[in-house]
Amino acid sequence: MRISLFITCYNDTLFPETGKSVVQLLERLGHQVEFPFEQTCCGQMHYNTGYQIEAQPLLRRFVEIFKDAEVVCIPSSSCVAMIRDHYPKMAEASGDTELIRAVEDLLPRVYELAELLVKKLGVEDVGAYYPHRVTYHASCHSLRSLHLNDLPLRLLRNVRGIDLVELQNIDQCCGFGGTFAVKNGDVSAAMLTDKLRCVENTRAEVCTAVDNSCLMHIFGGLHRQRTGIKTVHLAQILASTEDEAHR
Amino acid sequence: MPETTTARETILGRIRATNNTVNTTTRAADYQAIERAYQQSASMARAAILKTFVERLHEYDAHVFETNADEVAATIAEVLRSRNQKSTIVAESFPQEFLPAGFSWRHESSTTTEQLNTIEGAISECEVAIAHTGTIVLKGARKLTLLPDHYLCVVYERQVVETVPEGMAALQKYAAEPLTFISGPSATADIEMTRIRGVHGPRFLDVALVRN
Amino acid sequence: MTIRVGEAAEAPSFQKAAFVLLDDTQLRKNVRHATDVITNKRAIVVGEQHDWQQLRSAASAIKEHTLQHLDHYLLQFEAACIAAGGHVHWAADADEANRIIVDLVKQHGGKEVIKVKTMTSDEIGLNKAFEAHGVHPHETDLADMIIQLGHDKPSHIVVPALHKNRQQVREIFMQAMGLAELGDKPEDLTNAARHYLREKFLKIKIGVSGANYLLADTGGVCVVESEGNGRMCLTLPDVLITVAGIEKVIPSFRDLEVFLQLLPRSATGERMNPYNSLWTGVHKNDGPQHFHVVLLDNGRTRILADPESRQTLHCIRCGACLNTCPVYRQTGGHAYGSIYAGPIGAILTPQLFDMQHSQSLPYASSLCGACYEVCPVKINIPEVLIHLRGRVVREQQTGATLEAIGMKAMAGIFLSSRRFEAAQRLGQIGQWPFVSQGWVKHLPGMLGNWTAVRDLRPLPKQSFRNWWREREKSSAKKESVHA
Repeated sequence: MRISLFITCYNDTLFPETGKSVVQLLERLGHQVEFPFEQTCCGQMHYNTGYQIEAQPLLRRFVEIFKDAEVVCIPSSSCVAMIRDHYPKMAEASGDTELIRAVEDLLPRVYELAELLVKKLGVEDVGAYYPHRVTYHASCHSLRSLHLNDLPLRLLRNVRGIDLVELQNIDQCCGFGGTFAVKNGDVSAAMLTDKLRCVENTRAEVCTAVDNSCLMHIFGGLHRQRTGIKTVHLAQILASTEDEAHR
Repeated sequence: MPETTTARETILGRIRATNNTVNTTTRAADYQAIERAYQQSASMARAAILKTFVERLHEYDAHVFETNADEVAATIAEVLRSRNQKSTIVAESFPQEFLPAGFSWRHESSTTTEQLNTIEGAISECEVAIAHTGTIVLKGARKLTLLPDHYLCVVYERQVVETVPEGMAALQKYAAEPLTFISGPSATADIEMTRIRGVHGPRFLDVALVRN
Repeated sequence: MTIRVGEAAEAPSFQKAAFVLLDDTQLRKNVRHATDVITNKRAIVVGEQHDWQQLRSAASAIKEHTLQHLDHYLLQFEAACIAAGGHVHWAADADEANRIIVDLVKQHGGKEVIKVKTMTSDEIGLNKAFEAHGVHPHETDLADMIIQLGHDKPSHIVVPALHKNRQQVREIFMQAMGLAELGDKPEDLTNAARHYLREKFLKIKIGVSGANYLLADTGGVCVVESEGNGRMCLTLPDVLITVAGIEKVIPSFRDLEVFLQLLPRSATGERMNPYNSLWTGVHKNDGPQHFHVVLLDNGRTRILADPESRQTLHCIRCGACLNTCPVYRQTGGHAYGSIYAGPIGAILTPQLFDMQHSQSLPYASSLCGACYEVCPVKINIPEVLIHLRGRVVREQQTGATLEAIGMKAMAGIFLSSRRFEAAQRLGQIGQWPFVSQGWVKHLPGMLGNWTAVRDLRPLPKQSFRNWWREREKSSAKKESVHA
């Protein structure tokens, strides 16, 4: 399969390792990965903060760039949620019938990584090896917008050597919430504390998720408190093999 | 001299201005077309329905006395004795033949509110009972079943339905009457989320379930 | 016209209020405990209700249908209520509602009234209006009584005094009820309330209530409660005044079969609450012989006019969204500055004001979506929050705030990959003054809120796209070598 990668603006800039892992993983599974350089951002930050007008052109760019993709892979459930939940409405609001049709046409080809692996490529065992104690945090968008349910866990359970431990209050928001983290920093910090307590109680070495946004926030706290616990995106765990450790 | 618009006109005007594209001629049909895929009829056998009803009553500490049509008076006597009651108030329509000898009773209509407040207990029938939620629905008899500390309700087996929609259907003919749905004694959890029973209203609820 | 939502117009921003409340140890413990208890109970009774999703769908559809024909259903209710001996008044705003209610009380020569829990009366500031006219209102809902006697403000829709513990309640009761002694077990406190209020129920001849549902076809009113004080206030007085928002109307008696299954499970985690009272107009020789309904607008018709957010008016005030909200869990209700707190408060309060006040509330959310999941009438609260943020940005932001400048700049950057890459390079270079020992310890301005509690890695030297570029280059080289 020819898979077009939408890396997302923040992964591109802050978490290139996640992107590399996605490429390595998909190539290992025998697929061809493309990366259109024109891509920048899906517009979520602007849209969610109230700058919907500024997000509109970003929708057009995304649709234009990926319109001919066989399949689009996005290692960020919140960006997929933005596209799935809001792009159709935004297109409607524009009144541009071509845009509406283009969005309708493209959306079924857009996948979050775990969705792509399990639902589209039909694989739950990606041949990964990751000998560490790991706990999984379910990001809000993955749960409530994408309804990923236990897809990521199914993928993790098949990783050889992994010691997977359940996270208490797995579905409770970590407190990132995009600009919420700085606009309501105190409450965000309080919510983070609750999440950290659950992570620490698992005695895991690693906390993983399908969103680096949550992980950046969680790791920010884990490191500030010198817990020694790391955060690693699901893609990096799945890309890890005996030959290539993706820590 | 400009006419002052009443609030009524203002509010209706605003609503109509907003809904001006709505087709009002299809309103009744639109209402009928609302999808109601929730359960609206019984799914359990009668025995299971009655069992559920009794279970629910027990869950909120109501005492249930099962009896039959010939033994109602005796059962009521048993309940009153268990509550150390020598007298009781009964709802207007309550069948006199069910009142046991040896206890004094009065009708609600011959008591004042103050008297109701000091009376030992009250008895009435109900209109329908809903098993799924353990609910008894009364028509009228509002003060009677509110002020005394003990309340005994006589429920007939045939009045027990399984679901809330069935209950509402049975009540449809009394839709404009004063109805009270009772599902256990009054309660509050306002203090530290500790559930306390019997704030106002009867603290003790008894049900005489009359089997067919 | 003055819209009022309690004292929300004067309340500090959510962020400011939250900062202070996060330090209230007692409050935080109580809020955690209360929300845990109710969410657990709710999960059980919802889990056993196999047609829960179908009930939600029906409820949402009924509410949307009613809103589309709101004028019809209000008029139908009015006619039926009047035919049954009731009186119907309309109030465009809070002041008008207060005027009508105070006048009615005075007409009946009342100096005191007993009140059943009604948030609507808090919204319009009824108690203040009463006091200003020499009428003393007695709250009879246990929690509302605790709040009133303690000169406090409610912090939750269903359990308004959850921020108080038993010792605090005991002190309030002893003082207000003039008790020399009082145990501190919840039973003792509830008994004290029962005794104190019984006398008032029997004596005071005017009752004021809200309404959970107004039934258009019968002209009836339905009040849902647990304690029995509702039944007391609805049956014992001579005069009953019910104040209700216009969105409380539902088409028919039959529709209660849906709402009476959704509300108790959502609000208190019970299959059915202890008492529901239904009455229609005036009943001969039974209950109040003078019955008045005050239909309240106070900003609701404006919410109705916004197609993106009128679903806000579906709300049946169950409080489930508060109990599940991870933000509410940390701060409790006072942070929202309004009688309507939590997720529903964040969208309802500012909209009643047409976004003139409470503009910080739509941002008091991480958009996690837990509220939408539990809402029995399917209000897509996150969607409405985003919509209201848009309204704040477009309608209320005066001049160029730092945030707006930053956001517009970033939007410009995202419009071209070349600009984006330039910005990435700029970030990689420009970050060094902020980096110490390999970590970003401190960021300027509002971004400082991040580094205040979190460490931050600096931007990696190579972005993903640059890695990809290099990979392409080296594989192209390899190909040309092998060619």
